[in-house]
Amino acid sequence: MALDKTIVAKIAMLARIEVPDRELEPLAGELTRILTWIEQLKEVDVTGVEPMTKVAQMKMPMRDDVVDDGGDRDAILRNAPQPAHGFFAVPKVVE
Amino acid sequence: MSKLIQGQTGEWEVVIGLEAHAQIVSDAKLFSGAATSFGAEPNTQVSTVDAAFPGMLPVINRHCVEQAVKTGLGLKARINLVSVFDRKNYFYADLPAGYQISQYKSPIVGKGELMLSMADGEMRRIGITRLHLEQDAGKSLHDRHPALTYVDLNRAGVGLMEIVSEPDLRSAEEAGAYLRKLRSILRYLGTCDGNMEEGSLRCDCNVSVRRPGAELGTRTEIKNVNSVRFVMQAIDYEARRQVAILEDGGSVIQETRLFDPHRSETRPMRTKENDYDYRYFPDPDLLPLELDAAWVESVRRSLPELPDAKKARFVSELGLTPYDADVLVAEKSHADYFETVAKGRNARLAAHWVSVELVGALNEIGAGIDTSPISPAALGQLLDLIEDRTISGRIAKDVFAVMLETGQGAVALVEERGLRQVTDNDAIASAIDAVFAAHADKVAEYRSGKDKLYGFFVGQVMKAMGGKANPGLLNELLKNKLTR
Repeated sequence: MALDKTIVAKIAMLARIEVPDRELEPLAGELTRILTWIEQLKEVDVTGVEPMTKVAQMKMPMRDDVVDDGGDRDAILRNAPQPAHGFFAVPKVVE
Repeated sequence: MSKLIQGQTGEWEVVIGLEAHAQIVSDAKLFSGAATSFGAEPNTQVSTVDAAFPGMLPVINRHCVEQAVKTGLGLKARINLVSVFDRKNYFYADLPAGYQISQYKSPIVGKGELMLSMADGEMRRIGITRLHLEQDAGKSLHDRHPALTYVDLNRAGVGLMEIVSEPDLRSAEEAGAYLRKLRSILRYLGTCDGNMEEGSLRCDCNVSVRRPGAELGTRTEIKNVNSVRFVMQAIDYEARRQVAILEDGGSVIQETRLFDPHRSETRPMRTKENDYDYRYFPDPDLLPLELDAAWVESVRRSLPELPDAKKARFVSELGLTPYDADVLVAEKSHADYFETVAKGRNARLAAHWVSVELVGALNEIGAGIDTSPISPAALGQLLDLIEDRTISGRIAKDVFAVMLETGQGAVALVEERGLRQVTDNDAIASAIDAVFAAHADKVAEYRSGKDKLYGFFVGQVMKAMGGKANPGLLNELLKNKLTR
């Protein structure tokens, strides 16, 4: 699969990574090479093989419906750059 | 009843599919042990998982899984014994992880159905496409500061069921009926409180229009509508907007729109649809969700009687009309109240008193049936007095009004106020005689053919007897005396 500049620009936008125009072309080349390398896996015949979703044979652990966490606002907000009145505050984002 | 929209150039059909986001009733969140209760102080119900601190891992709440399975079974849907959680990636201030844990390709619940009883008595089957589990996001407050958005993560991570309908709905009324029915089923099951004001049930509406029988038109999606009335208004507006565009020779753009309740219109969201590319992929922090078939069966056996079954029973066993049964079963609390009253009594009379008199009166005083000043037992006693003819239906309404105000019992009230119906022939007869004597002219008029005066005599006798004359006896005696 070959990626072009437009797709790289879009991926960068979705990931909120600023990529200067002049780097788009080289990045497209690099990413294409990575994808091509991984695509070699497609050559393996997996007919009849169940997709592997886990490396250890275990079932998903579950919790009971019990409140045993939360209630410590100061701890949650401690690393916030700009807490205000018990809220996280961020530059205005209005839809 | 035609559901088509009449345009300038002919008729149009509206095609609607709804995505309802129902907040799961649970004490703790979907993947953390923080509380879910509504209205807490900001950020006091947030764990490090909900706030997406580095290295924190989600562990699923088994009760939320059970609630989703219950809801699926209530919608007669297929339960998938293996389902998978995916990450839905997007950036927003109230989504700390940068992704929402959701289910994309393999939801926990597959196809089901929901039956609508429409106003004309017709039943409509609406297909359910799927139900999946996902996390709610936090809440952004944009109006507290000129330059900042405040974020409260209390809601972040609360379990949601997204319930998607097939595009089977054909009018705003049907969409409204669907949402009310869905809410009723959720409340019966106890899996979502259905409280739209508090945001426990929200709805996205997919709307398109087409010529009857034609291929599907381009749809728009109206996001986050939070009342049944607004859903209906939004769909009506949007369908007419699309018809106007198409009739002008234009074409509908596939886009996401918002409903503005103040202006009753929809408008495009500023973000372009193109900006959304969620890049779903299986969440590596979570194993597939595997359910045991025997456990699913035990959940199925524990389901309560649902509105459709209850309605059928009220009709077949208690002899209610389908309409009366529908009205009663919509809210479980109403149906339960009714059943207590109707036990061993005339069910139709009980249905009338509960769904018309009681609910009407409670609405006026702004009370719910759970906080009714009149208990089912107390209302039952009043109905007993009507049935054994101690009081007339007319007097019963007065007694009922006093009961509502004072909380007194019907029997005591009737005795205390001397409201017992007069069934004594002589007493009624003498009251009639007195009225005749006072209105000899009217009696003569009646006898010379002015039939309309009959009601006048009934009114006068009732008035003289303080409304307590047995209406049947009064009619019988009055007719006799007038034709004599």
